[in-house]
Amino acid sequence: MGLTLAEKILSMRMGKKVRAGDVVISPVDYAAAQDGTGPLTIRVMEEQLGVKSVFEPGRVIFFLDHAAPAPRKELANDHKFIKQFGKEVGCIVSREGEGIIHQRLVEDFVSPGDIIVGADSHTCTSGALAAFATGMGSTDIAVAMAYGKTWFRVPETIRIEASGELPFGVFPKDLMLYIIGKLTAEGATYKALEFQGETIRNLTQESRFTLSNMAVEAGAKVGLIESDDATRRYLKEMGREGKYKEIKADEGASYESIMYIDSEDLVPSLAAPHFVDNYRTIDQLEGLKVDQVFIGTCTNGRFEDLLVAATILKGKKVDPNVKFIVGPASRKVLEKAVKESLIDISIKAGAVIIPPGCGPCAGVHAGVPSDGEVVVSTQNRNFRGRMGNPNSEIYLASPATAAATAIKGEIADPREFLPEDFKVKIVS
Amino acid sequence: MKIKGRAWKFGDGVSTDDIAPGRYFYLRSQPKELAKHAFEDLRPDFAKNAKPGDIVVGGRNFGQGSSREHAPLIIKLNGVGAIIAKSVARIFFRNAINLGLPMIIVDTDRINDCDEIEIDLKEGIVEDLTKKFKLEAKPLPEAMLKILRDGGLVPHVKKHGSFTL
Repeated sequence: MGLTLAEKILSMRMGKKVRAGDVVISPVDYAAAQDGTGPLTIRVMEEQLGVKSVFEPGRVIFFLDHAAPAPRKELANDHKFIKQFGKEVGCIVSREGEGIIHQRLVEDFVSPGDIIVGADSHTCTSGALAAFATGMGSTDIAVAMAYGKTWFRVPETIRIEASGELPFGVFPKDLMLYIIGKLTAEGATYKALEFQGETIRNLTQESRFTLSNMAVEAGAKVGLIESDDATRRYLKEMGREGKYKEIKADEGASYESIMYIDSEDLVPSLAAPHFVDNYRTIDQLEGLKVDQVFIGTCTNGRFEDLLVAATILKGKKVDPNVKFIVGPASRKVLEKAVKESLIDISIKAGAVIIPPGCGPCAGVHAGVPSDGEVVVSTQNRNFRGRMGNPNSEIYLASPATAAATAIKGEIADPREFLPEDFKVKIVS
Repeated sequence: MKIKGRAWKFGDGVSTDDIAPGRYFYLRSQPKELAKHAFEDLRPDFAKNAKPGDIVVGGRNFGQGSSREHAPLIIKLNGVGAIIAKSVARIFFRNAINLGLPMIIVDTDRINDCDEIEIDLKEGIVEDLTKKFKLEAKPLPEAMLKILRDGGLVPHVKKHGSFTL
């Protein structure tokens, strides 16, 4: 019997065939943490494990992204603490303004077939490069950083089989919100999602990251996509073409279930407060007054996302009552967006450009909503209080829907704003 | 080993933002301070009134959301002896067990807030002493049971020199 993509990657890395249900002690290729989880990770290593070194300094990375540059002295001290540890053990520290952990990982580190663990739930983003990548807590990551190993139960797989092309004005975010709505927030708990089918094959590599990023919102351990030419082109653009490896699931692999989706039926979509599986189609929410719009994050803060938004924003002004915030996911994204005038277009439309990083998504700074405010964001979570104020409401949407909403000052259909022939055709 | 205390009943889908709100991100290096804000938006009285041995009772998908280990950590720092829920999010589950905080999967529908609960960890029995009924917990996966028996992940790897699952 064939292997699912999850079984395949783990089997390759373990050097023996493993199957869903097996418990494996696995080597890790990268162990990562961020500024919210990193300090505890370091303290567990130093104070509890009693180690003062990491398994391989080039494979242990701390990212300063959630609250960087620091908005408070306590957080500045956390950053200093992480940098100090980095100097002592020689590991990598990605500093303020370099970007979000998951974006930086796919740009500069992760290759197909790798095993990645990170003290951040959206570590599953790297699954779009056919890497077995998953989030854990600080203690698990401390052990992984110290010993270069972790344990997994090999997950059963839910296969998402999406056929047809995404219609005009519909993006991977809409597809993923639909999938999570169908699966529910716990429908894939402990399991792998494997995204397959014509729709996925036709997506650019950047678009695929949006799907894998949100796998955890259905409870999944990983969200995997086979590597192919789009992956190869992406790695080439990132200067790592030599790291490309084709990894596919086997014919006849055993899936726990298969969800069939006809992508042509999809429409622009949102998740309504306060749960990610609270799926709504655009017609159900159109016209709802909005106070803040945020385009960015590890879900939708990449070049393509800013390009789609700029296509809508070009030559227009956002509604004067809307706080409009744009946050590129990394310095690399920011540089490219500046070069291609996307930042200029966004500024002229009225955007506040924030430094590469998580921005207001983590509820710490750079756009905490006030009491009673309604936010449309391209982020991945809309839990009560997520953006720092439990008395606000967060709707999740694609960058296109977010940009259209910013212009209208109310939830708006991006199809009214996109040029008729618009299609994401960027060769990454 | 038995754990006995009052139930703190919560609904479905309690997120890590509900347990350890992001607006207190700056307190993550001061867990005892952060612990004062545990469940603040759902139960403002929790941190003040929780007593050693108390039991957090959740619904479905307890602990969904972020990987922040501070969520189970500040529950533990408030003296809670165990968490019981109908189902639990993956990362939260690992984090709780890694910290040596028992996480028990059982149908919690009949348990009310303030009920007196006793948990027999060895037998996997949850007893509602107020309403006088017993529930049989779903057994923990073997790997997690081994970590929990050693008192958490750090004691486990220190005891065995590596993972022995």
